Amino acid sequence: MNPFSSGTRLRDMIRAIRACKTAAEERAVVRKECAAIRAAINENDQDYRHRNLAKLMFIHMLGYPTHFGQMECLKLIASSGFPEKRIGYLGLMLLLDERQEVLMLVTNSLKQDLNHSNQYIVGLALCALGNICSAEMARDLAPEVERLLQFRDPNIRKKAALCSIRIIKKVPELAENFINPAAALLKEKHHGVLITGVQLCTDLCKVSEDALEYFRKKCTEGLVKTLKDVVNSPYAPEYDIAGITDPFLHIRLLKLLRELGQGDADASECMNDILAQVATKTESNKNAGNAILYECVETIMSIEDNGGLRVLAINILGRFLSNRDNNIRYVALNMLMKAITVDAQAVQRHRATILECVKDSDASIRKRALELVYVLVNEGNVKPLTKELIDYLEVSDEEFKGDLTAKICSIVAKFSPEKIWYIDQMLKVLSEAGNFVKDEVWHAVIVVISNASDLHGYTVRALYRALQLSAEQESLVRVAIWCIGEYGDLLVNNVGMLNVEDPITVTESDAVDVIEIAIKHHTSDLTTKAMAMVALLKLSSRFPSCSERIKDIVVQYKGSLVLELQQRSIEMNSIIAKHQNIRSTLVERMPVLDEATFIGKRAGSIQATVSPSAGASINLPNGVAKPTAAPLVDLLDLGSDDVPAPSSSGGDLLHDLLGVDLSMASTQSGVNHAPKNGTDVLLDLLSIGSPTQSSQSVSDMLSSSQDNKTPVSPLEGLSSPSSNSIQPTSAGAAPTIDLLDGFSSNPPKQENNGTAYPSVVAFESSNLKMVFNFSKLPGNPQTTVIEATFTNLSTNIYSDFIFQAAVPKFLQLHLDPASGNTLPASGNGSITQTLRVTNSQHGKKSLVMRIRIAYKMNNKDVLEEGQISNFPRGL
Amino acid sequence: MGIRFILMVNKQGQTRLAQYYEYLTLEERRALEAEIVRKCLARTEQQCSFVEHRNYKIVYRRYASLFFLVGVDNDENELAILEFIHLLVETMDRHFGNVCELDIMFHLEKAHFMLEEMVMNGCIVETSKSSILAPIQLMDKMS
Repeated sequence: MNPFSSGTRLRDMIRAIRACKTAAEERAVVRKECAAIRAAINENDQDYRHRNLAKLMFIHMLGYPTHFGQMECLKLIASSGFPEKRIGYLGLMLLLDERQEVLMLVTNSLKQDLNHSNQYIVGLALCALGNICSAEMARDLAPEVERLLQFRDPNIRKKAALCSIRIIKKVPELAENFINPAAALLKEKHHGVLITGVQLCTDLCKVSEDALEYFRKKCTEGLVKTLKDVVNSPYAPEYDIAGITDPFLHIRLLKLLRELGQGDADASECMNDILAQVATKTESNKNAGNAILYECVETIMSIEDNGGLRVLAINILGRFLSNRDNNIRYVALNMLMKAITVDAQAVQRHRATILECVKDSDASIRKRALELVYVLVNEGNVKPLTKELIDYLEVSDEEFKGDLTAKICSIVAKFSPEKIWYIDQMLKVLSEAGNFVKDEVWHAVIVVISNASDLHGYTVRALYRALQLSAEQESLVRVAIWCIGEYGDLLVNNVGMLNVEDPITVTESDAVDVIEIAIKHHTSDLTTKAMAMVALLKLSSRFPSCSERIKDIVVQYKGSLVLELQQRSIEMNSIIAKHQNIRSTLVERMPVLDEATFIGKRAGSIQATVSPSAGASINLPNGVAKPTAAPLVDLLDLGSDDVPAPSSSGGDLLHDLLGVDLSMASTQSGVNHAPKNGTDVLLDLLSIGSPTQSSQSVSDMLSSSQDNKTPVSPLEGLSSPSSNSIQPTSAGAAPTIDLLDGFSSNPPKQENNGTAYPSVVAFESSNLKMVFNFSKLPGNPQTTVIEATFTNLSTNIYSDFIFQAAVPKFLQLHLDPASGNTLPASGNGSITQTLRVTNSQHGKKSLVMRIRIAYKMNNKDVLEEGQISNFPRGL
Repeated sequence: MGIRFILMVNKQGQTRLAQYYEYLTLEERRALEAEIVRKCLARTEQQCSFVEHRNYKIVYRRYASLFFLVGVDNDENELAILEFIHLLVETMDRHFGNVCELDIMFHLEKAHFMLEEMVMNGCIVETSKSSILAPIQLMDKMS
């Protein structure tokens, strides 16, 4: 015998593993054992197969791969002894799964064992089949299982019943074969057969409408009687749990009755009495009794209406809810959630208790309770409930704040009776848990504020105050700086004071202070800083006295390492310094944001990519009809994908001025090709130079932002880019879409825009010229499609023309076949060949390529080589 | 199918028995076990025995140094599962005589055989301790 294959005993291996102090040691032991087992498997060692498989199961449990032992299971199953078969089947269930092909090989063994004369072996096979059978096995072996449902020994019948469940789930059309045998099982006395038979009937009802009808008609009364017998049965020591005979059977029976009673008044009527008996007579001082009550309540709630029973059920839930045991309270909350659809009024009565549960120290209970409160809220109780929740927000655990905040925001948004209340509540949430608020929530807050024109002053003052107290809550800071930027003048002059407000004195420089703190604060992220930058620009116009100071702040970011901030800084600086004549027009107050659009977008009802042409046709008149408005709109447009290139009324360039959007390129290309009217000044303002260059710089920017996917769009998602195609409101509303259009812009548009990359002469010698045209595949910015065109500059025909290229590792190159291998002389034709280059370092490294061109000229081999490094940047 | 998996874990969080009734890859199992064990072991005695994790509900119960965790569907009766865990422990007690972690470790296959008699394809097969143990004792006598 191989000295290595005998290995250690199972006990010794387990001891060795237990003795391991570190995971590394454990791995070493396991590796050694696995090696020994593999060796034994290779030698086809019979004596230790059994032990090796036991070891493998242990190793598998520890989470190591054991696939190499799968065939051993099959060998053990095929052997004749019971102990071997038993461990083989166990191994089969643990180490294999129904997806493995090896399983196919076991079907035959299973079939033999299902017909075995030893009932224990039949039991093993049934158990294995019940746990792992696949659809094919189900089809092959269903007749055997069906027959075993009538086997003389109840221990086989019960296993056959559960095996049947697996079969009908895998192959529902087999269900009808099982209806009759399953119904027969319901008449049994043996608890094991009964519980599995009831389970089988329940599952049959779920897969087959016929089965449901059949059991409803033929078995309801019998089941009611069975339940009655179990409920009233005398003490049975084998099944007794806390004075109740077999609570598991109770529960299964109640579940099946629920299936039968649901949607059928007669069946429901039939079970009323027994349900009433279970609900009133079951002892509720032990877990087992409560488990039955819990199931009974669910059945009562699900079957057809019977007022008396419902009252009983709700009362049980009330008792559960006030129970001291957390488990009972948990299930009560769980059940109330289901009861609310049946009897909302009854659940409302427990509101106070449920609200207490939201504040429980147990996370599971809190979570259930919060879900429940959420569905309990209506117009009538939204104010007190929200107040409670917000008060609790102050003291709740950090980890719970996320959930809680999301729910509060959702409640407030859904049921708020008036705008001022909404704004008040949201400001409270933002101040308390602003860091937990999702982006779309604070976007929504801005939309609402923008719409509440009579509350602008009130809101900006409230935000200013809140910011003094909770400057660490990022989303509060964002909303505040947006509002101060927009409505700074209302803040300083106390415009639109409401009666409820205390007047505050804020100077212009105080307002700028707040923004300056936000932009300089180390925790502020890029979005916040970028928003602060825009706010500063706006304030520079609103508060002329602070203009110089603002310029100083803005200028500090001229050297920012973050491209976005640097760009904004430079652009805004030029606006402040050089273009005062247009500044006030540029930074006019935002038009009212359209709520309907925003809601539409949030609902996700319209995909961003829907018909860009429709968007364009809407936008076009907008750009033309309102030439003065458009620049403003685009100025702050952070991602209007729908702004069509032709609507080039100067706005587009301003749009570029501040824009960071990917879809910019499409606009840019428009800029390059369409004649412009009066935009040159603005171009100069950009100080980038000629349009072509600006186009390139934009494409660079595009590629970089494409990579990190975090381009700043402070107002991202505030409105839907495509829903403006169904914009019903006035022209004035349309700009708001552009205004706040987020990054949802459709990338293909940008990528389709191959013209953004100019063609280059990649190679030129005295004999040959090669020109590259570039385009991008939609949805794949990394890949560039290059069309190479070769032209013969000599007067000789080239034959056997072959082009070869090599790229560094970060690139992948694919060459399509060339259009031909003969190149006519003197440029009288050309060969084209398509190359596809995928840049894994897209945005970081530029393309580079080495080429070699071979051809025959006058039957002489010519070889030309070169390196191409003049690819446009950003490919 | 109600029960999706049964785990026995010691207080250090090491798995001592794992039985799944649905297919998960080895990596998914390891990750799932690590996550739920961390969640459950961190809870106090006073907190309820149910933890929601992904689309599972974990019903767990602690016996001395051993945790029994059962993952179930959302519509399963949590209290019944709690009772089932107790039945499982009582059955093992009857066989091993006050079952402990080492019994399960060193008799892993036997623990599995018992479980096999109690749960199949995620459903309860038998609730009588003597019916569960009869085949196992018979085999012990034979071998």
